[in-house]
Amino acid sequence: MALITENLVVLNLDYPDRHAATRVLAQALADEGRVTDLDGFLADVRKREEQMPTGLPGGIGIPHARSAYVTEPSLVFGRSPKGIDWGAEDGPATLIFLIAAPEGGGDEHLKILAALARRLMRTEFRESLMNAPDAASVVDVVTREVVNP
Amino acid sequence: MKFVGVTSCPTGIAHTYMAAEGLEQAATAAGHTIEVETQGSAGFDKLSPETIAAADAVIFAVGVPVRERARFAGKPTVDTDVKKAISDGPGLIAQAVALAEEEAANPTAAKAGSPPSGGLVTKVDQGASVGNRIRQWLMTGVSYMIPFVAAGGILIALGFMLAQLFGGKNGAIVVTQMYSLTGPPDPNPTNIVNVVTDFNAADGMHWAALLFLVGAASFSFLVPILSGFIAFAIADRPGLAPGIVGGFIASTIGAGFLGGIATGFIAGFVALWISRWKVPKGLRGVMPVVVIPLLSVFITGALIIVVLGRPIKAVSDGLASWLNGLTGTNLILLGVILGLMMAFDMGGPVNKVAYTFATTGLAAAAVATSGTNLQIMAAVMAAGMTPPLGLALATTIRRHLFSEAERENGQAAWLLGASFITEGAIPFAAADPLRVIPACMLGSGLTGGLVMLFGNTLRAPHGGIWVTPLIGNPLLYLLAIAIGTVVTAAAVIALKAAGPGPVKTELDAAGLAEVVV
Repeated sequence: MALITENLVVLNLDYPDRHAATRVLAQALADEGRVTDLDGFLADVRKREEQMPTGLPGGIGIPHARSAYVTEPSLVFGRSPKGIDWGAEDGPATLIFLIAAPEGGGDEHLKILAALARRLMRTEFRESLMNAPDAASVVDVVTREVVNP
Repeated sequence: MKFVGVTSCPTGIAHTYMAAEGLEQAATAAGHTIEVETQGSAGFDKLSPETIAAADAVIFAVGVPVRERARFAGKPTVDTDVKKAISDGPGLIAQAVALAEEEAANPTAAKAGSPPSGGLVTKVDQGASVGNRIRQWLMTGVSYMIPFVAAGGILIALGFMLAQLFGGKNGAIVVTQMYSLTGPPDPNPTNIVNVVTDFNAADGMHWAALLFLVGAASFSFLVPILSGFIAFAIADRPGLAPGIVGGFIASTIGAGFLGGIATGFIAGFVALWISRWKVPKGLRGVMPVVVIPLLSVFITGALIIVVLGRPIKAVSDGLASWLNGLTGTNLILLGVILGLMMAFDMGGPVNKVAYTFATTGLAAAAVATSGTNLQIMAAVMAAGMTPPLGLALATTIRRHLFSEAERENGQAAWLLGASFITEGAIPFAAADPLRVIPACMLGSGLTGGLVMLFGNTLRAPHGGIWVTPLIGNPLLYLLAIAIGTVVTAAAVIALKAAGPGPVKTELDAAGLAEVVV
């Protein structure tokens, strides 16, 4: 199955705090049947977030977890025009990537997530996501850059 | 310039790779090359020793400690947080360039001091919770100990079998007492056979002794290896020497495997502490080869002797005199107490007190023919057989509660238990002491009491089912052992199923079973 689908893209993600925003993104995974227990998965993400917030310079937030409740490696993309504080020093995050990996995932799957993480460091990749007009283009960009590079 | 880097983070799916990308982009932009080892979840392709040797400097951008850090010893190193490589890759590359230039202008003796890692693997996931990490440290020690348990235990059991075949009903006793590798230590030397100088291939008892002695040699490594690899899991290579030496001392002073776990933790943290000292650059090269081993081995060894030695001796002495004071009380109660003691530390001080109490009585019984002493011996042996047997049963009927390595150990544990080699249960007990030890004590206590109730007697100090001809009322004896075995297995299963049980999957995922080979 695909890493990301149009149902896993949220283009107007405006919530006051990162936990509420994360819940909305995770709900998309639950709706798609990729997460078997929403609260269990959120607890795993939150545990990771509490170790060290996952906000990064340049307006990026990457909440993520390896969790027993995840059935397949998935990416939910959220774009927040107003920005959400994700713990980064240089300001709120506008691009949110919720990365979900199964607990015992095979190497191949994890390599896709590794490739995704590497792409996040490329300015062009971030810009194409920032400027994508709709969910379909987001899926296109990710698929082109990460899944079938 | 050429650099190498290591990146890691608690979850191992995002920051690790972003940091690697950040470093690579920055190095390329500045006209350098870098190879980054991503210690994340998607495999962990080690940098080759040649690549590391060729590097001018090392960058650690990590969220959890670098695995097998000793590979990089002696290199100029930038050691920083994983987020730094994401937010400021160019700054880190600039720092690495500066360090490398400084090193080139003023070389230290460091480069000689970085032997390549021997490929030993720990099962420790650095992002795990404290409880899980403790279990993973223990499991690392256990996984390296298991081959010694299996080889030693099976050899000893085979030795008993052959001895039974060639030496008659006392064969299993004779084989342990009348053969040695170092010549006669006994004041009555005519009876002791030195197997090194006098091995006779035509004599079945000599073969039995050969199996037994090699098995016993393998067993003498249980505690040192357990301790050494617990320390290795905690501190990587620097932990190994103090861990093994500490474990050997624990073994020598009779502290058993629980003592070995203690020395493993002490050695690991001492070595970790010393290897994190900030030392002047000139000293850095001799740290891994001289300073860390010297100090960590001495501190660990001294601590164990001075701090651990005396209380253990006091406990042993106290328990022994308490047991002696119990003679004349209810025999069934005594059987239960001895059973509990046998299973408590499986070769440690408490077990030894119970066992010595029984064998001393046996020696007295040889002259006084006191039935009680023979009953005590019977209870002690039966109680020492149920822990491995119970765990073997548990691994057979509830496979999923155990790791691959444990299941394999469970196969050997049948033979070890049947041969009264209680050590067969140590790998289970060391990996999960809080659940396995109580379960074993329950079964052993019950069996000890039952043997007293049934009035079984035994005239041999060991041998398990191989000395059945020396057991009074053997059928009831086997019944007592069977009951204890089933109770032990049921208790282990109940406790393991009730508690948090993710240990097994994590460890299997980390390839635990493979590293044993």
